[in-house]
Amino acid sequence: MTHIYSTAAQMSAALAAKEVSSVDLTKEHLARIAQVDTDVHAFLYVDKEGALAQAEAADKLRAAGGAISPLAGVPLALKDVLAQKGIPTTCGSKMLENWRPPYDSTVVTKLKAAGVVILGKTNMDEFAMGSSTENSAYGPTHNPWDLDRIPGGSGGGSAAALAAFEAPLAIGTDTGGSIRQPAAVTGTVGVKPTYGGVSRYGLVAFSSSLDQAGPCARTVLDTALLHEVIAGYDERDSTSINQAVPDVVAAAKRQEVKGMKIGVVKELGGDGFQAGVSQRFQEALEILVANGAEIVEVSCPNFEYALAAYYLIAPSEASSNLARFDSMRYGIRVGDDGTVGAEEVMRATRHLGFGPEVKRRIILGTYALSSGYYDAYYGSAQKVRTLIKRDYEKAFESVDVLVSPTCPTTAFKIGEKSDDPLAMYLNDIATIPVNMAGIGGMSLPCGLAPEDNLPVGFQIMSPVMQDDRMYRVGGTLEAALVSKWGQPLLSAETKLAVK
Amino acid sequence: MAAISRDDVAHLARLSRIEMSDAELDHMASELGVILGAVARVQEVATDDIPPTSHAIPLHNVFREDVVKPSLTPEESLSGAPATDGPRFKVPQILGEAE
Repeated sequence: MTHIYSTAAQMSAALAAKEVSSVDLTKEHLARIAQVDTDVHAFLYVDKEGALAQAEAADKLRAAGGAISPLAGVPLALKDVLAQKGIPTTCGSKMLENWRPPYDSTVVTKLKAAGVVILGKTNMDEFAMGSSTENSAYGPTHNPWDLDRIPGGSGGGSAAALAAFEAPLAIGTDTGGSIRQPAAVTGTVGVKPTYGGVSRYGLVAFSSSLDQAGPCARTVLDTALLHEVIAGYDERDSTSINQAVPDVVAAAKRQEVKGMKIGVVKELGGDGFQAGVSQRFQEALEILVANGAEIVEVSCPNFEYALAAYYLIAPSEASSNLARFDSMRYGIRVGDDGTVGAEEVMRATRHLGFGPEVKRRIILGTYALSSGYYDAYYGSAQKVRTLIKRDYEKAFESVDVLVSPTCPTTAFKIGEKSDDPLAMYLNDIATIPVNMAGIGGMSLPCGLAPEDNLPVGFQIMSPVMQDDRMYRVGGTLEAALVSKWGQPLLSAETKLAVK
Repeated sequence: MAAISRDDVAHLARLSRIEMSDAELDHMASELGVILGAVARVQEVATDDIPPTSHAIPLHNVFREDVVKPSLTPEESLSGAPATDGPRFKVPQILGEAE
């Protein structure tokens, strides 16, 4: 009997009970990848040998009877924006084609220390810029619910790998929603921890003040178990928070919300949100009320400016961060025939190495930072960031968590928005405020929209370093929904577009 | 407002060290105009009395003792280089260029 439809927690228990070995569990997932990934294209690289070696090591450690992490021997899919020593790390870009980092990111170091088996690297929008994974230089990932639709982005590969049962755990990164929006449109769970909660060392930078790596899985508990493994202070990241990690695993298991005050953000719903998305969101609120939570409406009036501010701040930081891709020390080099100088080689390399969206954002960011425009654009955006932070601070004075639909719509068709950058950016309207304020955000599935039978995401936001609160609410809501449905949204019974 | 010309984009592309074809410059100019028109909304609420936030979590400089720790070997550091010359990165000419 295959274990691929189990949760990571169940796999962990089966490993502990010696019902299955990590090697067999890993082989089952490698077989699943071989079976479905031609259609899904969640992976850019599958490290078969490395994964089996890690699995064998986990089995040996277990047989030796030593202390072992709960996720030891459980397979995971890693977003291709995180450095893993000796393994291609492309960020979905031609610029880094065949680049093999000489070091591990801290997230990878922690995964390896916990004995987690890394199956391979997942597809993404180039340098994490996008909401559909269509901006990958290596072709799009397809949503396992409907292969003609996007799996979200930028972490579409990680989310699709979970939904297609190619891995029970995955790592994503979230700058404006790149963990939560893919989770929403694939019916999976994704968490953006508090900024500074998980180290950014070895995470290829897009927008340094917004980027945050986080855990992805099919259940709230699995996400919490992974959160616990990757979180914590790191002296190699100057923005890492030197505080104890909130007890997210206990919170995920708690399954009660009696007396909690939950704020519904008025500005993140209503007009512009698909009817079925709003309907499933309302039903989830009713479930939380039935479980003893109090729901209040909260207004965050400056959120309507968040998208505009984000598309100035993120490109500005990106234009600076991506200057490092200069073809001198690593990455591709184009046009160096001995007759032209370094600047010309840089220009030719960046012309060929970057895709259209990356170029668009570098140019936009360069403009926003230009003297004469700096105050009007970048400066104003930073002030809006203050206003958004204040909106959250005020809201959290009266509520424990805030909630909204994760995305305005379910998964759209591949190609539908690729010619209209502004329409594409609107996907992130409900996820971006979280990054601007550095707080925590979770997306978990709250059902299928009646009009298209596609997954809808429920977003929970919690104050800085109170990440346990979103796990408490998410765990409670998930348990109630699964009991209502009779089975999880994603199970062996789910009718996916891949068999 | 926020009209952006083809020459503006060409200038930005030069600053960003990205070669662009004429077609790319035209396309980018029209797209950027639309995007800038939308993001300029931030100016509606960004009044003088609001301090800017560059970073959501307040931070101070982090210092450590200057102690030598293991790091990458020269071979590892050069492992991704497009071109090398012995234990060095080999780069195209950087001085005496035409511009």
